[in-house]
Amino acid sequence: MTDVGVAIEQVETGGRGALRMFLRNKAAVVGLVVFSLIVLVTIFGPGLYGISANKMVAKPFLGPGSELAPLLGTDYLGRDILAGVIGGGRATLLVAAVAAAMTMTIGIVVGSLAGYFGGWIDALLMRFTEIFQVMPGLLFSMVVIFLLGPGTRNETLAIGLTLWPLAARLARAEFLRLRELEYVKAARAIGCSDLRIMFRTILPNAMPPLLVSATLTVVIAILFHSGLAFLGMVDVNTISWGSMLGKNRGYTLTAWWMVFFPGIAIVITGLSISLVGDGLQDAFNPKLRGR
Amino acid sequence: MTALARGIGSRLGQAIGLLLAVVVVVFFLIQLAPGDAALYLAGDQGVGDAEFLARVRADYGLDQPLLVQLGTYIGNVAQLNLGESTYFNEPVLGLIIERLFATVLLAGTSLIFAVGLGVAIGVYTARRPESPMSSAATVASLVGFSTPVFYSAIMFIVVFAAKWRLLPVGGIEDVRYDGNWVGETIDLLQHLVLPALSLGIIYLAIYSRLARASMLEVLESDYIRTARAKGARERVVVYKHALRNAIIPVITAAGLQVGNLLSGALLVEVVFAWPGIGRLAVDSIFRRDSPTLLGIMIFSSAMVIVANLLTDLVYRIIDPRIRVGGSR
Repeated sequence: MTDVGVAIEQVETGGRGALRMFLRNKAAVVGLVVFSLIVLVTIFGPGLYGISANKMVAKPFLGPGSELAPLLGTDYLGRDILAGVIGGGRATLLVAAVAAAMTMTIGIVVGSLAGYFGGWIDALLMRFTEIFQVMPGLLFSMVVIFLLGPGTRNETLAIGLTLWPLAARLARAEFLRLRELEYVKAARAIGCSDLRIMFRTILPNAMPPLLVSATLTVVIAILFHSGLAFLGMVDVNTISWGSMLGKNRGYTLTAWWMVFFPGIAIVITGLSISLVGDGLQDAFNPKLRGR
Repeated sequence: MTALARGIGSRLGQAIGLLLAVVVVVFFLIQLAPGDAALYLAGDQGVGDAEFLARVRADYGLDQPLLVQLGTYIGNVAQLNLGESTYFNEPVLGLIIERLFATVLLAGTSLIFAVGLGVAIGVYTARRPESPMSSAATVASLVGFSTPVFYSAIMFIVVFAAKWRLLPVGGIEDVRYDGNWVGETIDLLQHLVLPALSLGIIYLAIYSRLARASMLEVLESDYIRTARAKGARERVVVYKHALRNAIIPVITAAGLQVGNLLSGALLVEVVFAWPGIGRLAVDSIFRRDSPTLLGIMIFSSAMVIVANLLTDLVYRIIDPRIRVGGSR
């Protein structure tokens, strides 16, 4: 469990109590363990399992448990479903992680400027944010990929550019609330620069809700990338859970296992991260427990 | 009433400004893409010499300065001209309107299902915070939040259409009922059940949790204690006094989620071959029909803006405190 402690303490600012609260929350710890396992499987699994997800290994349309079939059966080309489930998380998790980082960065920069300075800067930035909120997210990221072409970089860009408004609104609300507090006024009184107050005084205290939102953003980014892969909008040479669902969905009437297992992988991954986010929320804000 | 009217007026102005901004963003997105319409047409017709390109660019106004092009584009959109599909050779707006009913039917049914049942579950579980139903609702909301809508849709097909053969696998109508409107309506509803359920169940998970949280908070407030203290019946306290305030965050969320709802509808339309604008958008991408794709982008943004306006209106009716000030 040492990795748990490290992950929390890096972002925690003086909250040993919060860490203890988090570790006491069984569901959250289970979520963290499961997610760590998924990450490990995604990184080392394909090498250990040794069978390529792109290679025909047995007869097509073999269900799990039938003779000569791999554990989870084969798809319409005779490829091993288990190999796809093991290797299919790599592209999605990578894109989702970078896109979520990008989302939080844009969100925090826009939100902190708007919340801290207020006035016309706030009005302008919030109008700008609203533009991105009224465009349906999936459609917008589809358009970005359509115009820029697929590939890891553009997929990340497409998702990151779509998801940031939520983080911006949250960061703005936190900055609006915190800038009126005594210690911020004190920092201003002793002549700290705006930049220092924003990022050294306010930001650390705004981190808890932003961190919770970051975990949710990762889940949403995973769903987005899976959705884009499902639609066939991402790089066709990369196997991912979403693309497995998209390519095999024509055979759902007879071969449920081709879609069931990749989809369950997405759900379990998302759920484990959601549980961590929920645990963080409770730990940071015990009053809201069970809400 | 004048304050209400003024509030709505200023919102309307903002909405138009917002739509204009979306059009500008879409215009600049087009500029980001490599190549232009002239190159596309050249590829289409197999002639690519410089003279042809120059002629096409002049014909389409692509040799004009960018700002002039932007002005023309905005002018066209303002006259409800979203351009012409390069695949159908028809006005994009007409293509969208033909498919609008299917999308609105799907998204609307899902939303009503999710909000209605979500509030009911929320109220039920908020009154019994320790019941197993309550923890089940919390778990279900987390699972719902993490489940891709296209996955729930596919699994619904596997169970209800493939295994049990209860409901149609996809499409919106069956030809055998042609001409008989009772049969046609029943047929449409049968085709609607699975798509609406797959989309609605995700939002049901979200709204039931939200309704529960908001109901729990309201039930703890002073005015509810007062109502109970003066001896109001529990039923009246919960359904009349508490529900009215508790439902506001749910309506806010539902209004803000319309964009996401349309994104979800797009995926569901693809799974069920539902003839809506989302599927048209996906098809347009594979046909490289950018006028249609971008037209749908602008049109659906307008739908979201209208939905936000309506939410705002509903608020102002439910909650008198919002009428003045009106900022979020």
